[in-house]
Amino acid sequence: MYVYQEFDEAFVRERVRQFRGQVEKRVDGALSEDEFRPLRLMNGLYLQLHAYMLRIAIPYGSLDSAKMRQLAFLADKWDKGYGHFTTRQNIQFNWPQLTDVPDMLEALADVGMHSIQTSGNCVRNVTADHFAGAAADELEDPRATAELIRQWSTDHPEFQFLPRKFKIAITGSPNDRAVTRAHDIGIRMIENDAGETGFEIIVGGGLGRSPFEGKVLRDFLPKDHLLPYLEAVLQVYNLAGRRDNKFKARIKILLHEGGLEDFRERTEKAFEEIRARFERPAGEMIDAIAKWFEPPVFNNVQTHAFDKALDANPAFRSFVETNTDEHRNPAYAIVTVSLKPIGGTPGDATAQQMRVMADIAEEFGHDEIRVSHEQNLILPHIRKADLPVVYERLREAGLATANAGLISDIIACPGMDYCTLATARSIPIAQQIATRFDELKLEHEIGPLKIKISGCINACGHHHVGHIGILGLDKAGAESYQITLGGDATETFALGERTGPGFGADEIIPAIETIVSTYLDLRDSEEETFLEAFRRVGMTPFKEKLYPEGKSGEARNAA
Amino acid sequence: MARAFTPKIVTANDLLVGDVIYLTRSGAWSRLHEEAHPATSEEQARTMLEHAQKQSDRIVGPYLADVEIGDDDRPHPVHFREVFRTRGPSNYPHGKQAQ
Ligand code: SF4
Repeated sequence: MYVYQEFDEAFVRERVRQFRGQVEKRVDGALSEDEFRPLRLMNGLYLQLHAYMLRIAIPYGSLDSAKMRQLAFLADKWDKGYGHFTTRQNIQFNWPQLTDVPDMLEALADVGMHSIQTSGNCVRNVTADHFAGAAADELEDPRATAELIRQWSTDHPEFQFLPRKFKIAITGSPNDRAVTRAHDIGIRMIENDAGETGFEIIVGGGLGRSPFEGKVLRDFLPKDHLLPYLEAVLQVYNLAGRRDNKFKARIKILLHEGGLEDFRERTEKAFEEIRARFERPAGEMIDAIAKWFEPPVFNNVQTHAFDKALDANPAFRSFVETNTDEHRNPAYAIVTVSLKPIGGTPGDATAQQMRVMADIAEEFGHDEIRVSHEQNLILPHIRKADLPVVYERLREAGLATANAGLISDIIACPGMDYCTLATARSIPIAQQIATRFDELKLEHEIGPLKIKISGCINACGHHHVGHIGILGLDKAGAESYQITLGGDATETFALGERTGPGFGADEIIPAIETIVSTYLDLRDSEEETFLEAFRRVGMTPFKEKLYPEGKSGEARNAA
Repeated sequence: MARAFTPKIVTANDLLVGDVIYLTRSGAWSRLHEEAHPATSEEQARTMLEHAQKQSDRIVGPYLADVEIGDDDRPHPVHFREVFRTRGPSNYPHGKQAQ
């Protein structure tokens, strides 16, 4: 795990000290809300529907036990005993009081954490594959590169006031678990014909109001050129990005309006102009950082415990089947710890659960924990021989729900239960879907199916890339839910297609049931997943079942 | 004929706690929607909002929200968002509903 250097530490402490002064000034009336708002947002503090919310950065989703324990401490001391992990690999606390926030930030600084660049029109927290450093399919651990980007972008003098926020994601694996095609910049580590590793640079992806799939700007960027090239992209965007209309300010709109070729030309030109300023090759810097991300010393001693438990305990077997992935070391497994108990709030963990995760990571997991954008926690390095014990510990803490990648493993943004921007609730919809399919006992028969729910057009719940996406809207003063089908967040990226008119709050669960039963009826075998089936048959069969009164739902529209 | 005025209340968030608050008849703030004072004319609504805006050292983001006056003579929120704000989130018994 990367240890912050003195510079980071001093910088973070100074920011906390400043913020403490700003809060005092706000409370005694010296600062108005208009003056204070940008300052609190710079420190990750939002005002939500019912309370303040503090968003804390978890760079590339990596935590160790000390950090996790500190989050648990914050949850107990200043919140209501839990935290919410988000699709940005961050954590949010929903109930802090204004005057406590400086103390919370101070406590975070004690473990090298902060809330900087979790808000505002700057380069946000860099996200990465949550299996980084562990995945069997990985070319190279992307976290050293992510860390370099973090250092380069933190407090970058030129890029604190971009036209809009800017999100960068990186993966080191051909299987894209970091949704690189839906970020302002997506970076994929690849190998060229000469066997050198470099980057494929994807730009202009994004969800939200106008979803776009990112486009390849450079098919192979040598490692050494990373920083000047990113700087060139940001420079072009900073100058040319629209500032007249917030909804058109993201880089995706610039690309859409001006075209990829034009953007590429400008980027390459800027790159040629500035590259000489970057004296130290990025490859060297990445190598220097990489020593912090050395793989742990694996213990390859196998025992019979794993196989015995597989034979003896069906619940354990089911957990292993759904919640573990192939590790680069065959003696190990990557464990997905689901934060989606049936009927629970997606992404929430109690302070007690955080402590259990910290203990397990420390004792069995080489002190590593990850937050996935799918709002689960990952134990990236668990020796198979230890898995039965780890499983029992997780089970006792309510953390062993065997549903990773299945219908109840739902992404849901906070929606109108917390978020001021929301147009409808998302959490209760997720809870009801999970509960309903649990009653039907169909989850395992349905197989891989990703449902993603957002409470407004901003799409924090990634609904466009859900196999089934649900978008909550306010339709004439009532909650209404629009469905998209066929979205895909991975290397076979696709944006979902709208089924037709939306469904009321009491119609949405039956509608999802209809979609699922339609799939079960038409799949050509048990092996054909929902997404594969959708790609084969298209929208029509689903539409016919969803809108029996008229193929495209005209009747509903007219009603 | 002039369009009937929909009664409105002034609501905001408390500066220190962040909780939802409502402007009462006396000009003070209450955590209870039922104690909110409904403005029954455009002008009264504007005056109340201006009064609220001057208190930025205690409150954040005041705005007008539509209400209906019920048979109990009390204001009731019209939009579902305002209904949620009187209660708290639906996934935990936190916020106002806990009190
Ligand atoms: S999608 Fe909308 S409702 Fe959901 S968290 Fe984002 S801004 Fe809030």
